[in-house]
Amino acid sequence: MSWIVRYLWLIPVLPIVAAGISALLQRERRRLSATLAIGSMGVSLVLALMAFAEALSEPARQVVNFPWMQFGTEWVRLGWLLDPLAAVMLVMVSFVGLLIFIYSLGYMAHDDNFTRFFCFLSLFAGAMLGVVIANSLLLLFMCWEVVGLTSYLLIGFWFQRPAAAAAAKKAFITTRVGDLGLLLGMVWLYGQTGTLLFYDHGAGCLEQSALAGMAHAAAAGMAVSTAIGLLIFCGAVGKSGQVPLHVWLPDAMEGPTPVSALIHAATMVAAGVYLVARVYPLMSAQALEVVAWVGAITAFFAACIAVAQNDIKRILAYSTVSQLGYMMLGLGVGGVAVGMFHLITHAFFKALLFLGAGSVIHGCTEEQDIRNMGGLRRYMPVTFATYAAGMLALCGFPLFAGFWSKDAILHAAHGWGLSRGPFYLGAVGALLTAFYMTRQVCYVFFGERRVTEATVAPASVAQHVPHGEELEPIVSARPGEVCAVEDPHESPAVMTGPLVILAVFAVLLGFVGTPAWPWFQSFLAGQSAHLDWAGFGEPGLLSLMVTSSLIVFAGLGLGWWLYGRKPIEHATDLDALERMQPGIFHALANRLYVDEFYNATVIALARFAAAFSAWLDRWIWGGAVWLVSAVVTGLGWLDAGVDRVVVNGGFDAGCRDLARGGRLFSRLQSGRVQNYLRVIGGALVVLAVLLLWGRRG
Amino acid sequence: MTLRRLVHCALALTVAFAGLAALYLNLGAEFAGLAQLLVYVGAIAILIVFAILLTRGGEGGEERSFSPASLAGTAIALAVFAVLAWAVETSGVAHPAALPPTPENTMREIGLALMQRYVLPLEVIALMLTAAMIGAVILALREKRSPMVDGAAAESPGLSGR
Amino acid sequence: MNPLAGCLLVSALLFSVGLAGALTRRSAILVLAGIELMLNAANLNFIAFWRYGTHIHSAADPMTGLIFVIFSIAVAAAEAAVGLALILAIYRHARTSDVSEMTELQG
Repeated sequence: MSWIVRYLWLIPVLPIVAAGISALLQRERRRLSATLAIGSMGVSLVLALMAFAEALSEPARQVVNFPWMQFGTEWVRLGWLLDPLAAVMLVMVSFVGLLIFIYSLGYMAHDDNFTRFFCFLSLFAGAMLGVVIANSLLLLFMCWEVVGLTSYLLIGFWFQRPAAAAAAKKAFITTRVGDLGLLLGMVWLYGQTGTLLFYDHGAGCLEQSALAGMAHAAAAGMAVSTAIGLLIFCGAVGKSGQVPLHVWLPDAMEGPTPVSALIHAATMVAAGVYLVARVYPLMSAQALEVVAWVGAITAFFAACIAVAQNDIKRILAYSTVSQLGYMMLGLGVGGVAVGMFHLITHAFFKALLFLGAGSVIHGCTEEQDIRNMGGLRRYMPVTFATYAAGMLALCGFPLFAGFWSKDAILHAAHGWGLSRGPFYLGAVGALLTAFYMTRQVCYVFFGERRVTEATVAPASVAQHVPHGEELEPIVSARPGEVCAVEDPHESPAVMTGPLVILAVFAVLLGFVGTPAWPWFQSFLAGQSAHLDWAGFGEPGLLSLMVTSSLIVFAGLGLGWWLYGRKPIEHATDLDALERMQPGIFHALANRLYVDEFYNATVIALARFAAAFSAWLDRWIWGGAVWLVSAVVTGLGWLDAGVDRVVVNGGFDAGCRDLARGGRLFSRLQSGRVQNYLRVIGGALVVLAVLLLWGRRG
Repeated sequence: MTLRRLVHCALALTVAFAGLAALYLNLGAEFAGLAQLLVYVGAIAILIVFAILLTRGGEGGEERSFSPASLAGTAIALAVFAVLAWAVETSGVAHPAALPPTPENTMREIGLALMQRYVLPLEVIALMLTAAMIGAVILALREKRSPMVDGAAAESPGLSGR
Repeated sequence: MNPLAGCLLVSALLFSVGLAGALTRRSAILVLAGIELMLNAANLNFIAFWRYGTHIHSAADPMTGLIFVIFSIAVAAAEAAVGLALILAIYRHARTSDVSEMTELQG
């Protein structure tokens, strides 16, 4: 076993150690905490690259297991593994993570809690890397939970804002719902196979013997493995924001933008996809069918909502939800390689887009409403160029990264035997994706700078969406008019540098997975790939590529038609689409009322249960406790009374009587001799009488 | 014992002592009678008179002659008398027993008895008298020399010398 | 009433009188006088029994009663001396010879 495989655990542990040290630092030690975070991440990147090289040379899976805890007579064992899938994820997570860390140096430079931010970021990075290399579902779950925790901490980083605190809570609880399914699946899996290690030289739960044992039917015509797979998929639904548990992701935009980029675009939300990819051997065709449909519906649903959002980050958030749906779709219809390819490329360009949005926000001094921006391409050229690259990649513009990965998905969906539904949903989603991204770019970068009169402008209902218009963190208290105060400025190099690097990858990364040279897919499958132009010749592939390109152009054109030709003049102008279809626009802007639905049902139930529990606690349990205390107090009082009356009184009375008796007797000692004599005389008489009487008698 | 003034009581006491002496003589105990006369009348009565003199006991008010609860005392005394009388009556003394003859030559007998049988008590008595004398002297000697010293010393050699 | 009984009665009378005096009079001297009287009554008893008692002349020592009386007189004398000295001392201390006022032994 090579050195890197034995020490693979260093990759997640180093950032966690950095986080631990950071946690103990004072708030003023900003440079130190940033150095720790970036340094540990850098080392982890180097190690990840070494691991990647190892995986390149040795595609077979390598596993290291160790016993962790004794549990009765059994040992719970954990372990890590290195295979091509883990290797690519390691490199992606550490690389993108490192870039975002560097970006955060600039973005969070004005924040007071710089140190805390980097502490949490490091912790998150360490936990995410742990999820990647975990060989045991238990270890994966533990890291999964830490990832969720850090997500909560980072979303609610500016916890003084009630919106941020609420969003953090919402994220945590919603993912918890999904995690419940994951936990159930995990427990069931353990019960079925007796181990939670994925690969254990034939004894792991994903290996042949275990899978064969789970092929029998459990319930509702499903095999046990299907049921377990679906339960695990629940966790992925929560973490990756699939419908119906997607509601937390847009709210998570309350966190700082680097957080959104790292956690909610590139890595954490991808953890769900990664989980499904990891337990893929467990997923039967039925389970994969469910995965595919859920993914397709999510892709379409979120794309629709994104069309009508006005916050720059929310658009990207819904876009992320939509793309996650594509990933799940890819996993369901095409397999691990298809889904993972899109995950990797999406990580790069979505991170790029988010960081670009952060740059825009930073440059406009914390403005987030796209209607208050405009014409920024003149002020922030680098940001504009990189953002455009990311946007084109996301839309799937030919030859950019997203094109190849999304095409692979659509191709697989087209060829799916069970139904064409997901394909159509995906295709329409692609159209919408191009459309709303064009809309966003037109609003933000084109047109004239829009000076906003006031924030109390909202005339139409659509603008009254509470989340879309949420303005700003503590730093700036003047919402709305900031663009008029000073010219938007380009961000510092520490922020634009990562943007450029990511843009390069967004453009070029797709080429590792083209049909002509399917290196990525082969790598994951453990085979080698070679350049083969004949790959384009697969039936239907070229026509599909043309079709999807046309779809993209159609979307871009539509967006340009509506928004690019005549950019809106003022921030309060109605959206073009809104003018045409106000009803639909309002519904979409209100996120199709999913949150309201949940609020009315689940939340209301939870509130009722909480109130009931509180009542129970106060009156029943509290009453019982009070009763016990009353009894004890009563007994104490009784005891005191007895003590006072009986014991003390008895003693006191006894002593008093004794004293009185003594006093009485002491009166006999009168000191008068004559008295004594009298007594003697009297006694003499009595004695004599007695004697005589006796004698007579 | 009922006289108010102490001196009168002392004189009455003297008379009683004398009467007793006479009784002794009548009963044939000449020595005892004469001794009684000498000692009691001659010394003790004189002592009492002296004591009365020195303590000014006669100055007590008439109403204070009798102590409180004197009735109880009287009653007790009466009771004692009654009991004694009753004892006398009920004892075997009422029968007219033959009166034994008067013993003669009692002085010789007394001397013999004193020297033979009762010599130890005799010496003890001497010792006791000496002690009593010393004690009395000490007691009465507190602040100034008192004429009682002579009185106490005067009567004892009379007795021990016999 | 034979002479013995008469003497005994007289002695009893004397005794009670002495007792009454000791119990009722205030003056300490008179208490002492009463005690002397009681002693004398006892002496008379002795003499009476010596003279008229049924056992004397057949006893080993016919002089017992008389000797006892002699000693009794001597003792009485000593005791009277000491008692009177005591009274004198107390009188000097307490300025009174009233027994009813001598309550220092009161408990």
